[in-house]
Formats: sequence, structure tokens, C-alpha cells
Amino acid sequence: MGKAELPLHAPGTKVDRGYIGQSVPRPNAKRLLQGRGTYVDDLKLPRLAHVVFYRSPHAHAKIKRLEFSAALKLTGVIGVFSGKDVAEYCTPWVGVLAHLKGIKSPPQHAVAIDRACWQGEAVAAVVAETRARAEDALALIEVEWEELPAVIDMEDSLAGKKIIHNEFSDNICFRREHDTGGVDEAFAAADVVVEETFDFGRHTGVCLEMRSILADYNAAEHSLTVYHSTQAPHMMQDIFSRHLGIPEASVRVIARDVGGSFGIKVHVYPDEMATAALSVMLRRPVKFVADRLESFATDIHAREHKAKVRLACTKAGEILAFDLDDLTGIGPYSVYPRTSGIEGNQVVNLTGGPYKHQKYRAKLNVVFTNKNVTCQYRAVGHPIAVALTEGIVDKAAAKIGMDPAEFRRKNLIPDDAYPYTFPSGVKFEKLSHHKCLDLLLEKMQYEQIRLEQIQLRKKGIYRGIGLAAMIEVTNPSPAFYGVGGARISAQDGATLRLEPTGMVTVMCSVTEQGQGTEGIFAQIAASAVGVSLEKIKVITGDTGVTPYGGGTWASRGAGIGGEAVLLSGRALRANILEIASKILNVDKDTLDIESNTVVSKLTQEKKLLLEELGRVAYFRPDTLPMDFQAELTVTRHYTPRQYGFTFTNGIQASLVEVDTDTGFVKLLKHWCVEDSGTVINPMLVDEQLRGGVVQGIGAALFEECLYSPEGQLLNGNMADYLVPMSGEMPDIICAHVETPTMQSQLGAKGVGEAGTAGAPGAVMNAINDALAPLNARVTAMPFTPERILKALGRV
Amino acid sequence: MEHEYDITLTVNGTAVSRRVPARQHLVDFLRDELELTGSHAGCEHGVCGACTLRVNGEIVRGCLMLAVQANGCRVDTIEGLSDSKELAALQKAFYERNALQCGFCTPGMLLAAQDLILKSNRPTREEIRNHISGNYCRCTGYEAIVDSIEEVVNGKS
Repeated sequence: MGKAELPLHAPGTKVDRGYIGQSVPRPNAKRLLQGRGTYVDDLKLPRLAHVVFYRSPHAHAKIKRLEFSAALKLTGVIGVFSGKDVAEYCTPWVGVLAHLKGIKSPPQHAVAIDRACWQGEAVAAVVAETRARAEDALALIEVEWEELPAVIDMEDSLAGKKIIHNEFSDNICFRREHDTGGVDEAFAAADVVVEETFDFGRHTGVCLEMRSILADYNAAEHSLTVYHSTQAPHMMQDIFSRHLGIPEASVRVIARDVGGSFGIKVHVYPDEMATAALSVMLRRPVKFVADRLESFATDIHAREHKAKVRLACTKAGEILAFDLDDLTGIGPYSVYPRTSGIEGNQVVNLTGGPYKHQKYRAKLNVVFTNKNVTCQYRAVGHPIAVALTEGIVDKAAAKIGMDPAEFRRKNLIPDDAYPYTFPSGVKFEKLSHHKCLDLLLEKMQYEQIRLEQIQLRKKGIYRGIGLAAMIEVTNPSPAFYGVGGARISAQDGATLRLEPTGMVTVMCSVTEQGQGTEGIFAQIAASAVGVSLEKIKVITGDTGVTPYGGGTWASRGAGIGGEAVLLSGRALRANILEIASKILNVDKDTLDIESNTVVSKLTQEKKLLLEELGRVAYFRPDTLPMDFQAELTVTRHYTPRQYGFTFTNGIQASLVEVDTDTGFVKLLKHWCVEDSGTVINPMLVDEQLRGGVVQGIGAALFEECLYSPEGQLLNGNMADYLVPMSGEMPDIICAHVETPTMQSQLGAKGVGEAGTAGAPGAVMNAINDALAPLNARVTAMPFTPERILKALGRV
Repeated sequence: MEHEYDITLTVNGTAVSRRVPARQHLVDFLRDELELTGSHAGCEHGVCGACTLRVNGEIVRGCLMLAVQANGCRVDTIEGLSDSKELAALQKAFYERNALQCGFCTPGMLLAAQDLILKSNRPTREEIRNHISGNYCRCTGYEAIVDSIEEVVNGKS
């Protein structure tokens, strides 16, 4: 079946893209605009109790004694519980995956027992009638500590003089080495070798809605309903079931409105598991909503890397080889169930990714530290890999005196070279680096802004232009987690039901956290069935209602969930036509559906309104042939399997002006050209890109979780941890090349993480381009004014 | 023990009397006591702007004002300003341009934007960006929000 013009109607009918490619608004935005969404903290249930956690003030310490007596006496306190108490209701877990060979991590409990391993780890839980009362009781808990040696710096951790977990002989969670062979020979033969060490500041997601969960255990039927701010309801259903000992079918996880996620809300958090366990223990609903200070101390962090990268090339500008040595510190535990080894693993897979060199060697060390845990956060590993690659590429271009755009053109994998296997082993189905580069240069008027840059330098104005080409993992197959033993679905499903009034209800296992998945599912369903958009109602985020599936992560919602909706929509269309043929007593192949009406395929003559068809099928089936049963509810699933990942590609550019007196960077403009396959809703895709770019700019310029040498988080609040605000952000120009994936009918690839993946590298290169005439260079993110002034020798 | 006070205030045009703990923030009072959950608590230390409310015509942070301080005041929230249609033009522009994703910042953002629309005459794009720079949005990158406000400002008679 053809795949480029989508969706196709049944074979033989006219090709109609329907709503695919249209910038229609998201229906669910209306309730959010009136403050009538339902986030977890908006919910109240009868006998609702509230839990808060006593958290370790030390990075590493033994719990000698816990004293709850004063806290227990406070009116309104329902109970105060230690790690051992909670462990009776919740088994511990270990965050490892079989395909990350050698990865190790100790068992982790919902509430720490005997020992706290980072500042912020929960060591006791207080349940009370109100949250305020529970917080009052926290102040009455007494803990006697014995401080243990803390390992804060990741290089110290790697050196292994102090071991964090006694059951292990070193602090290494995971290590990987990759070598195509011939790297030393390539470097020996190269005309030019460049080398740089880049540092990336640990940062975090800062979802505006903090992590929230309301667990409601029903003792009578040993069932659990969890209202959860999560990206992966079925994954959590499985985890609550197994760790709390409740049959899977008796656990229902409901994610209503989710106030941002960005990968933060796809992991197992000890305090959330404890909340569910306490609901079981106390046989009543219990709610936990992290406050902002707890979020900074316990939401997963990410991206703390120190990486040395070397590049070998000829003097004509041909890249011969990359050589990488990456070190990342992940906190005391590998996070369950996705592990904390994936981010580093991605850096190894992706570094050098856009280019056609054949020799590649990489070494990765993932080490434990006594800081908060790190795990997968929007664009997992990509911002590191892109910045390393593009930073060293710019350095090589400068060394041989070649324009950075020209250097990239010379080395990007040709657009006709696919399918292609990259030296790290990852496979690309079809990418479009050169088309994207050409479009970017045209959009940004590259040559003109280069000329302006030269003119302005004469006036002492230092502008810089930075490019960052990239590849990105989207639409992951079971190769990401399932093959490693994780019970995380790579498959998603969609159920479509024609209602008696001719409306269509769509229930999909992919969830919505603001990306607009429900909006695009409506577009796809309407197009596939042949109804208008207002006839569609989409339901997501409820394991009791939707088919089984993975949820929303790794840029998979449109490509995988969207395909399931398309397949289901086509099946429903076929069933509707079958029923229509019985009602009209004509061959079904002569019929089609257009604008909520069954029509003649040949003449487009209107034959039967869907609401009339629904009336007959549901209320007067006695009028249909005796041997015929109408089926107006259908379910279809989709799993990508041909490729491990459906790679996308793109390129970004940043234009900045650096104030060499203050070290401030002014972002003048940002461009993003992305090939995410079939664009279902250009407006929503552009908004994903823009939001992602701004998140990447945050990493480049502002965001870092700063720890003291003792392991104390120094800036864990919104006043001290800077995030991008509207005043400093540039306008962002987006453009698209569309190379649909041939693995699906829809052809959509992922787009949610691309902006975040590419922006830090582009901004870094722009700053270094601005500083180049002053012989200054920065390589440690975020690029704060202080770091820039230090590079300039001004402080 | 906790001090409590009787307060009377007008919320979205309706008189409300309650006995409140002295320490209760206005946003918690609205959310927990009156069950007006459209105002969101995003940081509880006055930075993120998600709890932006209007008190006696001025926008305030609901997490930096105590409920007792609102005694005798007129408080407007997203629910009231939606029902009265005062925010309709902004909401329409936000909807059409997808100037929201997760929606958690949106009520506060709309109140901040409406404040600018009421108080300034044809603000520039930069003035719009500055005016909402106390309202954190992690999702959108702000551009569509700025575009929406600009559209309403330019359409203002």
C-alpha cells in the first residue's frame, strides 16, 4: 500500500489526507484555558489523608534512631512510619536491564531503611488529616544520624577510594566500550586532530505541576485506584501490582490532566510508591503532592557529564574518526525500571551521528554518587551527544579554516545513502541532512548574517552564529526496554467506537501531557473514518478504559499511538461500510464515507447519515440480516519492529550577541529545521519544537543543580535555580522537511524532543563563534556570565 | 496552637464568609476551602506565577498573600473571569495559536496578560515579554503566548 500520501482511504477511492497536515486547535485546550482541568491535586475523596516525608539532611548517613512519639501525639496525625513499616507493604526494586550488560544497582526501598544515600531521600512518612498538619508533625520527628563518607564528585567516584555501596567493590553502575577498530590508525593518518573536554551541568525538568499521586485502596475488593501525574499508566499499573501484591487487573491507574512531564514523570519514585503502600496499609485514600523544594531534591536530575572527545580529519575537511570518553554521575541508585544507564548509552550511540566517518571508538563510565538520582529527561543523552559532536566539529572547521556550514555539508551523510548503518551500530531508515542544511541556511540568510557579523565586530559588537546538526531516536521498538526485561510496552493500541449519534469515541493508550496527542488522534481518527473533527471524542490516560500500551515518552506518541488510531479508524470505516451495505442492500465496495455520511464511491451521492446508520445498528438490528452482527467498536495495535528506532534528523542555528563587559548572552534568534516525517498538525509540531528549544536554551545558559562538596543541593528552589522566562527568550523560526517513515501507514516520526536535543549545542557554538576573535572559548554548560568572563580573562 | 480568624470577602462576585487559619495562603484557601482549583500552586515561594490572582483589581501571587489579608477584598480567579467572558478574547487567541500545552501555567498567564491589556496602551512585543516574565511556562517557549497577547492588544479598539 502506498505510504507517502496519507491517510489513504480504502484502495480505489480518492486519496484524501483529511485533517492530516492541518493546524487545527486542540479540543482539550478549552478546559485548561478556563482553569477547569483536573490535575491530581485538584481531586478530593472521602476520608482522604495526606502524606509528607521526612527527608535526609545528609548526603550519606546511617539512621541510628528514629523518634516519632512527639509527632504521633499531634492532633490530626494518623500515623508516622519508618522504612521498615512501609516495606511490609511494598517490596524493594533494582533498576537494571539485561541488555545493558553488567549494569548493577542495589535494592531500593520506598522509604530508606538504615541508611540515606542522598540529601532529600525519604526516611520517614507522616500521614495526617491535612497536609499542613502533616508538615507540622515533620518538625517533631527526631532522627539520630551517623554521617558516612559521601562521594560527590564523579571523578572521585570513578577513582573508587570511597565505595558507596558495601556490596559492590567499586562505584561503577555501568560501563560500555565500543570500537569499530582502526581509530588509532585514522588519528595517526589524519592531517588535523582536535580535542576538547566538555562539561555538562546536572539539571532537571521543573514541571510546573509537581509530582502528584492519589492512591485509593479498596480493602473490600483488594483493589487500588491511583490518580497519578504520570506518562505511563500501564507501566505503573504493572509496578503497583507487583510491588504491592495486588492482582494487575485490580489496579487502575488514571492520569487526567498532567501539568508537564518531560520524562520526569515516567519513573518509579520511592515517595510515590510509599504513598500507594500507605493507602493499602491505612485502607483509605492517601495523597502526596511534592512541594517545589522536594521536586528539586528528588525529581530525577539528568545530564551530569564530563566528556573528552577527539576528532580526526583531513586538511580538505573530511572527518575520519571520532573518539569519545564520557563519564556521568547518576546518584546512589540506578532508577527503576528504565535504569540510569540509558542516557550515557545514548551518548555512545549518537555522538558523531550526522556524519559519514567510519571509525568510532567510545568509552562510557556511569558511576554512583551521593547526590539525587539521574535518569531519562527530555531528549535523553542527545543534548550531550549533539553538543560534543557539534562543538568538536566547529573546532575542526576553525582549525582548517573552513566555514562551519561548508564543513558540515562536506561530512553529513548524503541524502541518498539510506538505509545506513552508523559506526555505533544504530541504523537509519531515511534521513535528509542535506535538504535540512540547505533549508536552514536559506531561512536564516546565512551569508548575510555572516557579513553583518563581520561589520559589527569592527564596532566591538560580538555576535556569533552556531549550527548544530543532529539525529534523534524516536518511535522506539521493544529494543529500547522490552528486550532488557523491562515490563514496558513498545506497543500501543487504539479503540474506536461509533456511537449511535454518529460520533466516534477514541480510546488510546498513549497519554496527553500537553503535547496535543489527543488533538492529533482526533485528526487522524476523523480522517480515517471520514467524519468531521467535532464528531471525535478522545479518551486517554486510564488503564481501566484504554487498550494496553506504553504511554508517552521517547517521542513515540504520534508515530506509534497515531498509527494505532489510523489502523483502528480504517477498520471502523470498513465495518461501517459493511453495515451500510446491509442497510442499503448494495455492494460495500461501491460505498465510501465522506463528511459523516455514507456516499456512493463513484458519484459521491449521499446515501446514509452515520447517525442513521448508528440508530439502525444499535436500536433496530432486527432489521438487519439474521446472520449479520454489526461491529462498531474496533481495536488495533501497532509496534514498530523493522528498525530499533525510527531516527529523525534536523539542524538548528542560534544567533547570539555576547556582552564582553558583563558576560551576558543575548539570544537574537533561533532557527530549527526538522524532519519528523509526516507532519500531522504543523502548529502543534512547531510548538513542540519551540518549547523544546527553550528547554535546551535553559540547559545552555541557566540551569544547573549545584551541590556543595558535602553533597548539599545549594539552589533547590525557583529563586536560585534559573529557568528560561519570556523576557530572555528569542523568537524561534521553524521549518520542515518531510520524509515519512515507510514502516507505518501514517509515516509520522517523533518530534517532542528535537528542540531540546539540538539547542544547547547550537547556542554553545554561537557563543564560541562570538568569542573567537577574542581567543576565548567556553566548554562548560551552563554558560553563565561568570564562566564567559573567566574565559575572557575579565575575572 | 493555630490562630484562626473570621474573614468575609467577595470571590468572583459572590460574598464568602469563612473562619481560616492565620497561616493559610490565599491560593490554598481558594483551592481547598472554596474548591476553586483553577488557580495552581507551582512553587509556593512567589516565583512561578501559576497562582496569579486578581485582588481589588491588582494581580497578586496567591502563594504570597494570606487568606486573612484578603478580608474585605474583591478576589477574581480564572473561573470567575472565564464565566464573565472578560478573558474571552485572550482565551480565543490562546486556543487558536496553541499558546498552552499542559495548561498548568495558563490561568496565571491569562491573568497576567489581561492585566497588561487593561493597563497599557498598545504594548510592544518586548513589553509583552517583560510583563509576563514573572510567569513560568515550561512547555511552550513563550512565543505563541506573546503572539496571542499581541493579537489581542492589536485588536483592542
